[in-house]
Amino acid sequence: MSAQRHRLADGGLIDRSRPYSFTFNSRALHGYAGDTLASALLANGVSVVGRSFKYHRRRGVFGAGSEEPNALVQLETGARTEPNMRATQVELYDRLTAASQNCWPSVEFDVNALTDVFSRFLPAGFYYKTFMWPRSWWMRYEQYIRDAGGMGISPRTPDPDHYAHRHAHCDVLVAGGGPAGLSAALAAARAGARVILATEDFAWGGSLLAERAAIDSRPALEWVRDTVAELAAHPDVTLLLRSSVFGYFDHNLIAIAQAVHPHSAHAPRQRLWKVRARQAVLATGAIERPLVFADNDLPGVMLASAARAYLNRYAVKPGERAAVFTNNDSAYATALDLHRAGVAVSAVMDPRAQVTGELPARARAAGIEVLAAHAVVRATGGRRVTGVQVAAMENGAIRGQPRELACDLLCVSGGWSPAVHLFSQSKGRLRYDERIAAFVPDVSVQAERSAGAARGSFALADCLAEGAQAGSAAAEAAGLRRAAVSVPGTTRISEAPLLPLWDIESGATRTAKRFVDLQNDVTARDIALAAREGYYSVEHLKRYTALGMGTDQGKTSNINGLAILAALIDAQIPEVGTTTFRPPYTPVTLGAIAGSEVGAHFDPVRETPMHEWHAQAGARFMNAGLWRRPMFYARPGESDLDATSREALAVRRGVGIVDVSTLGKIDVQGRDAALFLERVYVNRWRNLAMGKVRYGLMLREDGMIFDDGTTTRLGEQHFFMTTSTATAERAMSTLEYWLQVHWPELDVRLTSVTDQWAAVALAGPESRAVLSALTSADVSNAALPYMGYCEASVRGIPARIFRISFSGELAYEINVPADYGLALWDALLEAGRPCGITPYGTEAMTVLRIEKGHFTGMEMDGRTTPGDVGLGGLVAADKDCIGKRSLDRPALRAPVRRQLVGLVPNDRSTIIPRGAQLVTDPQRALPNPIIGHVTSTCHSPSLGHPIALALLERGRERYGETLFAMSPLTNSAVGVEATHHVFYDPKGERLRV
Amino acid sequence: MMLLPCPYCGPRDVTEFTYGGDDGTVRPGDPQAVSDARWVSYVYIRDNPRGPHDELWQHSAGCRRWIRVRRDTLTHQVLSSAPAAQPVQP
Repeated sequence: MSAQRHRLADGGLIDRSRPYSFTFNSRALHGYAGDTLASALLANGVSVVGRSFKYHRRRGVFGAGSEEPNALVQLETGARTEPNMRATQVELYDRLTAASQNCWPSVEFDVNALTDVFSRFLPAGFYYKTFMWPRSWWMRYEQYIRDAGGMGISPRTPDPDHYAHRHAHCDVLVAGGGPAGLSAALAAARAGARVILATEDFAWGGSLLAERAAIDSRPALEWVRDTVAELAAHPDVTLLLRSSVFGYFDHNLIAIAQAVHPHSAHAPRQRLWKVRARQAVLATGAIERPLVFADNDLPGVMLASAARAYLNRYAVKPGERAAVFTNNDSAYATALDLHRAGVAVSAVMDPRAQVTGELPARARAAGIEVLAAHAVVRATGGRRVTGVQVAAMENGAIRGQPRELACDLLCVSGGWSPAVHLFSQSKGRLRYDERIAAFVPDVSVQAERSAGAARGSFALADCLAEGAQAGSAAAEAAGLRRAAVSVPGTTRISEAPLLPLWDIESGATRTAKRFVDLQNDVTARDIALAAREGYYSVEHLKRYTALGMGTDQGKTSNINGLAILAALIDAQIPEVGTTTFRPPYTPVTLGAIAGSEVGAHFDPVRETPMHEWHAQAGARFMNAGLWRRPMFYARPGESDLDATSREALAVRRGVGIVDVSTLGKIDVQGRDAALFLERVYVNRWRNLAMGKVRYGLMLREDGMIFDDGTTTRLGEQHFFMTTSTATAERAMSTLEYWLQVHWPELDVRLTSVTDQWAAVALAGPESRAVLSALTSADVSNAALPYMGYCEASVRGIPARIFRISFSGELAYEINVPADYGLALWDALLEAGRPCGITPYGTEAMTVLRIEKGHFTGMEMDGRTTPGDVGLGGLVAADKDCIGKRSLDRPALRAPVRRQLVGLVPNDRSTIIPRGAQLVTDPQRALPNPIIGHVTSTCHSPSLGHPIALALLERGRERYGETLFAMSPLTNSAVGVEATHHVFYDPKGERLRV
Repeated sequence: MMLLPCPYCGPRDVTEFTYGGDDGTVRPGDPQAVSDARWVSYVYIRDNPRGPHDELWQHSAGCRRWIRVRRDTLTHQVLSSAPAAQPVQP
């Protein structure tokens, strides 16, 4: 194995028996199972991992978990590439390939690093201020700005992997696999709760993985192992590794993104869990804060906790000579572990005047120099840190000249911020805790409780105790028995309070870059500038400077940033508050969110029983809601218009069939069925004779047309209603609303039977001949007149035959049980072959209905009344119905209302543009008054010229007037003549023969 | 994503329901007998309370029943749910 020169000879939780090779920026490197990409890079001595977002400065690994702001890599290549992956969370596997982001041509020599040289011309808000002029050029600037500043590259080809969604329920969901989370899960499981325990890590133990703690006088990881074993033995406990609890939504819906590992050909790549938890325990730990001083972004500057994790968990020495800069006791543990691992510790700089805690005492005892009342003012070095400038402090300020201290690793700790993200997403209220200088959960809103470091209790003993209490209490709150809580024993280490230290500035470093947000390159000076310019609100500050944005959402920078702002505007930190915490806690790949609902599974598809025939006949389909409907059946060489015209003419001259199974169908039964119809339709229904069909118009309560269709009386208390295809579901819901909410006293039952009946319209002068050939029933005009109904056997199939017509020709609509749909279709085609029967689609149907002036959804656009479409007379005067009262309102009776008219182009040849606006003078200066609009337009093969329907102010008074249909889309103005809206057979003689 | 208690089926995910507007709009018994103002108030005018709000939902992907839900618009807490039938208007 080639040199992993920073790897310790033994120890750690890596598996030295499973070596892996991987490539980073085309370099072949080696690591072990149990490594992260970050730990393997450090083991190989790779200190520059990427370039920063704005200034393209060299950056190294800074953290050891999801808080990582710097080490973002492009993982893999081609279709499986993933941008912005945190190297600290990428579990190493054999033959992994990764590359640095945001650098060109290479991470070592990056052309855009010049922005760093000119950075004093690139202050916060620079882009907003500079690239404003000329305005039209912004689009051009933006391209270059986006390329220069940026993140990884998204894949350009379809994702070859698949993703899954899983819905789950549990009594107690525990977020976090550290001591508090494990303890909580154990207590809840012992109480008999169904438990889901999730951690974003690929190992259990949380902070214990990085420490050398003892529980019950044994190594803590033995306790972890035993606890996980006991949990795994519970049948109702689900253990989820590599699973980020990223979202806390209403009513305890909790979202988890689970990376499925190892990669298997059949397993989904990721699984999105949507868990409805009775109770949740948030044991998400705490995030260490950096300290803000000059050039604190140099590779080799690292969170103290991260350095400890690399040492203890990954057996990697992150440096050979370390310095530690901390304002609290926790980083002394890192100093001690470094010392034990043979890393020279130059000194620990601590701004506190007295350093009294137990850990500092142990450090001193180990011979580590502790410089109390000292601070690091600057990190020095080029490709990585080579030293620090250290100065004494007095009353919180830098005093005297700094001196240089050599080191190649600087471990920093500015205290710890509880990971309150999920708590805040659950709408819980935070409280600022002076003791730890951080926000902690205060008032819960949803059924959750925080435990351990997530609520500001950092000591291991507290984590274990609070976890057990929380798990037990959660189980009890979820309705399970109260179980005795046992807490394993630990030794408590006494800690001295921290000294808040937000921005370390000496005279010499005033103009240096003191980074607050490493990912977005936001410095303390940027925050000062924003405050000077009036951005006092943290939400404004965030948007102006980008502080806390990006893939890490400011996990390491938020508290420092708002504390610096508070000092600048002379406010207290709690007054300044935090920005809103929103999901996701960690980035979630879009594939996981989409799940399996991609491609053909994006939406359900509804197909009629005759669908296969249509497909084989070469139909071009259109989407009508979820339905697929044939538009036309073009023959070889035919244009769309040719096919449509041929099909429409066949109906006018011979016979055609169209699949109308998609129409909404509602079975209405009950003693009050007729009364119900009187209330929902504008016209009369009680007087409809048995076996008769009637056209009905339904309004909304505001008087506008809602839907129309035919309803047939099948029996004294039995009606069969049809609705438009598009309105079917809404109509059913609306009718149920009126029955259930307003008229529960009516004895009416509604059943949607849309899918139970296949329906075919047989239309054209020859339709009777075709139908007669298939049935012994008398379908003559005398026996089955227009708007008549009969039940008959059609080629042996039980059928309902309605003598109705949408085309304007003699026509029959035949309904059969859905399973017979294709048999009926075939039978009609066969019987019609001698007459040249022609299947037609929705396009021909549209032509036929426009010729007849029938309105559809294009005209019923929610703004038309019965009077507008010429059906004012249909509204029965002597009864109430939904919406009738609204028709009396003055605005709905105004004479200037737009009314349904027909349009014919003056030249009898130009197609009237769809959606065109009607004006009287096309030359008039804008704004040209618009007096109407085109709703439906087509070429009429029967008339031999284009026609259109339109809604036109005072339309019925304007027959014969010349207007102009103007369309900015086609940049055309077509001269048209307004006519009556029924173009073809205005007296309706052809349907009554 | 809310969990709504259907009085017929029990707690169900909000995705099974369709929102149906404010509850408690009383349709005048004889619409022709009321003033335009009264009618307009019934058709259009709605409160927009911050806090408890009575609303109608249909369990459209479930039992198809319309239900009345009292929900806090600020916290999304569901305070009660019941069948939606209104008393018969004279």
